[in-house]
Amino acid sequence: MNEQALLGLADDELVLGWRDSEWTGIAPMLEEDVAFSSIAQNEIGHARAVYELLVGPEGDADALAFDRKAEEYHCSPLVELHLLEWAHTIARRWLYEVADEIRITALKDDSDPAVAGLAAKIDREEAYHRMHAEMWHDRLRGEPRFQAAVEELWPYALGVLPTELRGELVTRVGLPEVEAIERGTHTDELAPMWKEMTEVRRSAPAGARW
Amino acid sequence: MVAEARVWEALQEIPDPEIPVVSLVDLGVIRSVDVQNGHVHIEFTPTFLGCPALEVMKRAMEEKVRELGAEPKVSVINDDSWGTDKITAAGREKLRAAGFAPPAPRPLAAGASSLVQLKSQVHKCPYCGSMKTKLENIFGPTPCRSLRYCESCHQPFEQFKTI
Repeated sequence: MNEQALLGLADDELVLGWRDSEWTGIAPMLEEDVAFSSIAQNEIGHARAVYELLVGPEGDADALAFDRKAEEYHCSPLVELHLLEWAHTIARRWLYEVADEIRITALKDDSDPAVAGLAAKIDREEAYHRMHAEMWHDRLRGEPRFQAAVEELWPYALGVLPTELRGELVTRVGLPEVEAIERGTHTDELAPMWKEMTEVRRSAPAGARW
Repeated sequence: MVAEARVWEALQEIPDPEIPVVSLVDLGVIRSVDVQNGHVHIEFTPTFLGCPALEVMKRAMEEKVRELGAEPKVSVINDDSWGTDKITAAGREKLRAAGFAPPAPRPLAAGASSLVQLKSQVHKCPYCGSMKTKLENIFGPTPCRSLRYCESCHQPFEQFKTI
């Protein structure tokens, strides 16, 4: 089991799930309000399952998810960005889903059956996120504002994948390979999000049960 | 000593917390029941990983087993063993009767699901039986449901997603 890669996957899904949930109640149309809320719930569910796998049956997945400092998260900078603008939000959803499909497909062949099994289960749910992303991509691909958002986020998207999987992303997205904004570095936008995300847990009295 | 068949009967009484017309057994989420010396080990697979009803279902199973005078252990198995094809025929009929279109069969090529495929799936309106229904939103009120609309009786309805 490649624990760092799995932690990166779980942190990506947790942080992106949080970011997607920021549209709950304020999306430009009711269908998207429902879609983003549902996608966010799925992504956080995937994060939970991967954290649980990492800590084992007796471990505390919540502690792994929420008791680290912001700089200790292993998420890619793409998911950290606070994007309350529709073209960028959809550009990120699409780029992330293309990259995530490549990563999950590779994990389905993992030599550890627990990892491969979980990846296959995640993949069944992600199929619906991909349909949603593709639908929007088809709708907006000819719009200069959307294209500009895709190009702006492209170096971040490359950073979601390890170098050996980037070739496929380049082929599928159709942009030239550029210098990636790598995992392990963080944007300034993670710390405020982390503060909000962990606030309830940090302010709970010792011994609180959830 | 509690018999395995008695445990299955008891589990059949536990409603899904979000779609209470079907039981956990109807949904096919209970993978195995193993009874040994008064201990009951249940292996259970969630429908969707982000399902918020997971803990409620787990507790309900534990309570049922205790009512039978046995000691429960419920293991959540997060692997690929559950899909909507595991919903029983009785479960599908109960869904339909309650106004949910049951899931379409899963395509043979795994991972081949696409929006084109989803849109081309034929779903009968659970209210009037018309085949003239269309997909309104891939996503619905819970992770496992999509929204559809019947163009004959103008009734919106929910469809169980195929996974």
